[in-house]
Amino acid sequence: MPKANVTFEDIGVTVTVPAGTRLIEISEKVGAGITYGCREGECATCMMKIVSGMENMSERSVLEDKVLQENMASRKHRLACQAQVLGGEVVVRPG
Amino acid sequence: MSEAPVSIAPDVFWIGALDPQLRVFDVILRTANGTTYNAYCVRGETGVAVIDTVKAEYADTFFERLEQVARYDEITVIVLNHLEPDHTGALPELMRRAPRARLYISVKAQTMLKGLLKSEDLAYTPVDTGDTVNLGGRTLTFLNTPFLHWPDTQCTYLNEEALLFSGDVFGCHFCDGRLFNDRVGDFRFSFEYYYQHIMRPFREHVRAGLDLIEPLRLDLIAPAHGPILRDAPRSYVQRYRQLAAPLLHNEASDRAKTLVIFYISSYGNTARMAQAVRDGAEEIDGVRASLYDLQGGEVTPFVDLIEEADGIVFGSPTINGDAVKPIWDLLSSLAVVSVKDKLGAAFGSYGWTGEAVSMLEDRLRGLKLRVPVTGVRVKLIPTEEELDQCRLFGRQLGKHLTGRNARRVIDMSELFKEPHHAQG
Ligand code: FES
Ligand SMILES: [Fe+2]
Ligand SMILES: [Fe+2]
Repeated sequence: MPKANVTFEDIGVTVTVPAGTRLIEISEKVGAGITYGCREGECATCMMKIVSGMENMSERSVLEDKVLQENMASRKHRLACQAQVLGGEVVVRPG
Repeated sequence: MSEAPVSIAPDVFWIGALDPQLRVFDVILRTANGTTYNAYCVRGETGVAVIDTVKAEYADTFFERLEQVARYDEITVIVLNHLEPDHTGALPELMRRAPRARLYISVKAQTMLKGLLKSEDLAYTPVDTGDTVNLGGRTLTFLNTPFLHWPDTQCTYLNEEALLFSGDVFGCHFCDGRLFNDRVGDFRFSFEYYYQHIMRPFREHVRAGLDLIEPLRLDLIAPAHGPILRDAPRSYVQRYRQLAAPLLHNEASDRAKTLVIFYISSYGNTARMAQAVRDGAEEIDGVRASLYDLQGGEVTPFVDLIEEADGIVFGSPTINGDAVKPIWDLLSSLAVVSVKDKLGAAFGSYGWTGEAVSMLEDRLRGLKLRVPVTGVRVKLIPTEEELDQCRLFGRQLGKHLTGRNARRVIDMSELFKEPHHAQG
């Protein structure tokens, strides 16, 4: 299965994950500081910054795009409960 | 009781409702003398604004008061400083009666509004700090004050009267029909209590909100609950500033990171582990670690300590498959402070099974702490080697606190293994 590497910059941990993994599946287990509210892409609590590797993330869904826009997110922001890692290297941090 | 509106400034009226019987608000908050739901009406030359509404049960009173100061077809603006039901209960009906009105809400309130009104097709304008709306000779200016105490909260300033409609901020649950702070009974306790329970968890946001409010001229503060503050309004702003500051001067240098370690020990085993964790953490430059036996203190001062700390560690034996009650009691009291993004960790000794540590770790994650170092568990009496592991654990925590933790690469499958014993 194709793999990807996600680095949580705030705690200095890189996790090797199967392609398609959502950040929400691992960020809490690994102890990163991304926090969640609804866990369903509605509240934007889990907004995080993609420091690098946005090209390795899934496209924003209509829902995610709408919620990000309503919260005035920059192009570098994604919802950790929605965004999937598709391959390669991705570096994220809370915010 | 007469349902008359009350003039609070030229062409500005209180049109709220009194709820003297209320004793428990939102399950957790108590009040010894009810509360008020304050809504307001501002008349301009070309438009009329309604600022907030009331709890649904009090809609009739609200409309009765409103009708005495404005016609529905005059209403052009409805401002919602906060979408909680105690302030939006009469909103759907108000929108039906005042079809010309446009809603003004904070940017963050948009999704909540759609959920509240179960509709996507709404005439609203999202506003941010500095945005204004004109009523003809009168201007409302919005201040975005998120998390005071919901993500959506904002304050609204009536420029010409130097009047701040502050929402829940500077409010309290206190019911007295005389309305004004210089006429009602002594509500100081209620004011403090409200801050401690509603605003304190958002201390950082309180400071940010005060940064916006303090530069304003303030002749009157009209909050969404409790007395209207016309006598010395600025003193309440100052009080918020004091309440949002650290409680005590911190003797540790600004650069030092503080780690507070709480433990409970029945046979001294967890206590010895706690010592070793502290010793390990102290080896790291720039860490001030402190050790507290939970049996020697009460919850409230410990909560104060945690509010100021950069990291919190809990040591608990596992008894009957669970961490011990004083630890859970302390954890459940943390709802009144902000612990988000602090470092959290757990450890403990056990006799039969040792699930307390992972239960505590899960709870810490639930409280939105980061828990990057897996806790140490020791069966019964810790050996010298196990105490070394505790010291190593302490050092790892110290390094995480000071940002000197070694970078790690792990496979996802490792995250889903059973919690392991002392890691290397
Ligand atoms: S947790 Fe609510 S949007 Fe992700
Ligand atoms: Fe509220
Ligand atoms: Fe309220």
